[in-house]
Amino acid sequence: MSRRLVMLAAVACGLVGLALSGAAWAESTAVVKLAETGSAMPWWAWPAILFVVTFFLGIVAVLGGVGGGVLFVPIVGGFFPFHLDFVRGAGLMVALAGALAAGPGLLNTGMASLRLAMPLALIASASAIVGAMVGLALPAQVVQIALGTTILGIVLLMFLAKKSEYPIVDQACPLSSALRMNGVYFDVAANREVDWKVHRTVKGLVLFVGIGIMAGMFGLGAGWANVPVLNLLMGAPLKVSVATSKFMLSIVDTSAAWVYLNQGAVLAMITVPSLIGIMLGSLVGVRLLKVASASMVRKVVIGMLLLAGSRALLKGLGIWN
Amino acid sequence: MADISANGKQYASEEQLAYAAVLDWGMKLGFVVLVVTFVLYLVGFAAPQVSHEQLAQLWSKPVGEYLKATHTHTGWTWVAMIGKGDYMNFVGIVLLSGVTVLCYLRILPIFIVARDRVFTAIAVLEVLVLVLAASGILATGH
Repeated sequence: MSRRLVMLAAVACGLVGLALSGAAWAESTAVVKLAETGSAMPWWAWPAILFVVTFFLGIVAVLGGVGGGVLFVPIVGGFFPFHLDFVRGAGLMVALAGALAAGPGLLNTGMASLRLAMPLALIASASAIVGAMVGLALPAQVVQIALGTTILGIVLLMFLAKKSEYPIVDQACPLSSALRMNGVYFDVAANREVDWKVHRTVKGLVLFVGIGIMAGMFGLGAGWANVPVLNLLMGAPLKVSVATSKFMLSIVDTSAAWVYLNQGAVLAMITVPSLIGIMLGSLVGVRLLKVASASMVRKVVIGMLLLAGSRALLKGLGIWN
Repeated sequence: MADISANGKQYASEEQLAYAAVLDWGMKLGFVVLVVTFVLYLVGFAAPQVSHEQLAQLWSKPVGEYLKATHTHTGWTWVAMIGKGDYMNFVGIVLLSGVTVLCYLRILPIFIVARDRVFTAIAVLEVLVLVLAASGILATGH
């Protein structure tokens, strides 16, 4: 992590903290009434809490190896007063910002593959537009139920899905050969170059239609689905799958984010504190990676998703409002 | 300068490095603009179109109701309100959302020169998809 990036993040944190404090001071005598806001708290309290919560989500997301969006949408959608439309808009921006920040480094080192990403991202980004339009057209209750079910499905996937460090691909499929979806990278841990190629590209493309729709509909990002498809189905090495998946989110989430933005579902007051909170939390998370217990963090992430998924499902069903 | 792999060798292709350079530049610019405009918004440097108090009353409503209550239109109409504190933030958001199109436009000539027709077509189609999404003509709502 470059020092300049850390400094930039620290300055951003300071500025936003100062501005929130200033706004809090300015409004300290004018607490908005319960009847007006649906909350006894002043207007600035929720964005301030959101900033703190997303900071911790950023830490947990890095340590748990998941994207910020998959934690952000169900948790903020379930426990904050913001409508799910705005939460999904912010969730997409959070996932997008994380992918944009990671993209240059992943591409420069050759860990992410542009040639692997481009055909899949084209399918997924077109599908994400459809998903975003469907998501914004459906009633919030229906989206909550579908979101809850999806999050609980992700928990199941995290329990059951195996990972393969270097999947064996005997022969690249004709489509991936034609598209030259292959490459070589240097694996630091193994201290050797790894040649890779992929197969089952057509099946992968079909699955990315569904992944794109879900990314757009729920504003989740989709790393949780990208990685298994790239790694287990198509046979890309795990590190290439994770890096390419992260980079792909910058393309797929862009198309869905535009739909939310154009429909008025991106509010700066929700999006910006979330984005800065997640990014700062991610910086801290990266530093904590060396000392954190991976299995413990994984359990915490699964627990959080289980709670948030159940909350979304029960909220959608009208059982836990 | 581009990062290279831990063993000092360059594994990324020309188009990949070109894409990364534009992405790096755009991402940093977008992030800085986003933070600065948000601070200006919070401290009240420019009056927002929707006051903080009104926003707090409406952020729990579906987007359709929010737009109706604030007399806001969808699409690129926000450009006309760029001087307002809340819409000022859209500059950073649009930079972050738009940088991918610039990245694709940057690598398109590389594919054309290399006569890589398939990836030229994929890049053109991706730009069209993103421009279509950004155009605001894909209307929806509750």
